[in-house]
Amino acid sequence: MSDAAALRDRACIAGIGETAVCRKPGSGLTEFALQLRAITAALDDAGLAAQDIDGIMPFPNLGKAEGFAASLGCRNLRFAATLHLGGAAPVAALRVAAMAVATGAANHVLVPGGWNGYSGARTRDITAGDVDSIPGGAIARDYYLPFGLSAPPQWYALMARRHMHEYGTRAEQLGAVALAMRRHAQLNPGALMCGKPLTLDDYLASPMIADPYRMLDCCLETDGAAAYIVTSTERARDLRQRPVRIMGAAAGQPSPADEIISRRDFHRIGLTTAAPEAFAMAGVTPDDMDFAQIYDCFTFEVLQQLEEAGFCRRGEGGAFVEGGAIELGGRLPVNTHGGLLSQAHLLGLGHIVEAVRQLRGEAGARQVPDAELGAVTGWGDFGDGSIAILRRDG
Amino acid sequence: MSDKAASIPRPLPKLEGATGQFYDWCRKGELRFQRCTSCGTFRHPPRELCAECRSFDWEWTRSPGEGTVFTYTIVERALHPAFAGATPYAAVVVEFPEGVRLLSRIVGLAPAEIRIGMPVRVDFEAFSETVTVPVFRLR
Repeated sequence: MSDAAALRDRACIAGIGETAVCRKPGSGLTEFALQLRAITAALDDAGLAAQDIDGIMPFPNLGKAEGFAASLGCRNLRFAATLHLGGAAPVAALRVAAMAVATGAANHVLVPGGWNGYSGARTRDITAGDVDSIPGGAIARDYYLPFGLSAPPQWYALMARRHMHEYGTRAEQLGAVALAMRRHAQLNPGALMCGKPLTLDDYLASPMIADPYRMLDCCLETDGAAAYIVTSTERARDLRQRPVRIMGAAAGQPSPADEIISRRDFHRIGLTTAAPEAFAMAGVTPDDMDFAQIYDCFTFEVLQQLEEAGFCRRGEGGAFVEGGAIELGGRLPVNTHGGLLSQAHLLGLGHIVEAVRQLRGEAGARQVPDAELGAVTGWGDFGDGSIAILRRDG
Repeated sequence: MSDKAASIPRPLPKLEGATGQFYDWCRKGELRFQRCTSCGTFRHPPRELCAECRSFDWEWTRSPGEGTVFTYTIVERALHPAFAGATPYAAVVVEFPEGVRLLSRIVGLAPAEIRIGMPVRVDFEAFSETVTVPVFRLR
């Protein structure tokens, strides 16, 4: 057993909060104000006062800890950190927050995130316009941009296409991911695509963006925010909600992480090393999971993460997602809230919020019966990865 | 690039450090990769030291410029304004026997004709007065 197991079950998610999500007409709030609303919802959910928060882990480029602390009235901010892992940051923060509370560096760590992903600057415009915001920075500017690759679906399409070549992964299998997320969204009144069902024909007819990615392989761009609060397991048991224990959590990066085409093992991502570490820390296996909330920026990334996290073997992801296996009632329900593809793009925090709801038994029509154990992953930049294994307390 | 996008300049590499040298060689019609003079490992894009043996000693070694298509994407909807008039276009990763890969494009072949494994050879295309980039043709 690794030393990491020392952290198993030491910390819990004690509170979650989120705002409504939208595209048009936009949130009408600044990204900072949007996040403050999610944060106060998380405080209320946990039954904590703002003064109880002494650690804050802002999402990269979406605010500084001192700004949140000042606005909320946290008078004893003593732990602050931002993990530069893009969409993998919120799940990776579960591990760091657990370390902080287990060592006494902080008692209650707040992890917020939120943006105007629709009404504000779009990701494609940010990555096209500012070299500092592109994963890889100057490498992407000097070696990718001149050839017309400027945004995530284009970078990741290179990985998807190679996988299709090596393993025979088909468009219909990518479509199965899109359809599963959309079906789950029909059961989530808070999902943007609730009331808008999707067929495989719809999927196949959607316009190509960056082959093999069609429009319906790509996540939504939305306005919204979410937040969670981590505290020690002992403290969490005295709070308002049934705690959700952090059994295992880890983050990892591809090699190299600042560059997407030169990897010796082209399919190795951050999750490839993070997942075995997190499962070992938790002392459970992928087969034990009652559900998985997988960061679904694009359909293929779901398939790839299922493989690299060990839910199936590399190359078998296409077959794994077919036939409703990742839908509610299937072998492994994935993204029961609808995910980035059909609920909203909450920077990966939506997946954590949903995992907590499932483990509290609060997921309503989309509840996985008697959910006890679940996995949640994050994906960011050029394949940074994170994963947490969560368990309901008691 | 078509006239439609002519008003927005194509993004160009910043010619500084080893990247400036890489593209300078391209302007002279030579594809060269960094090669560690200590252990012989090739690397690209340029780095300060060898990730295999930690040596800071390296040289630009000329490549025969022959490789194969490793993967690609066909961009149907431009996500950068400079490429709005260029769709559909393919971005292609070429793998070389030296052990490095390069992102580029294939000229003289329709995007829909591109297949993984195709043998290609380097050619050069001037993107501006100062910047020439490697491009590829079927061989």
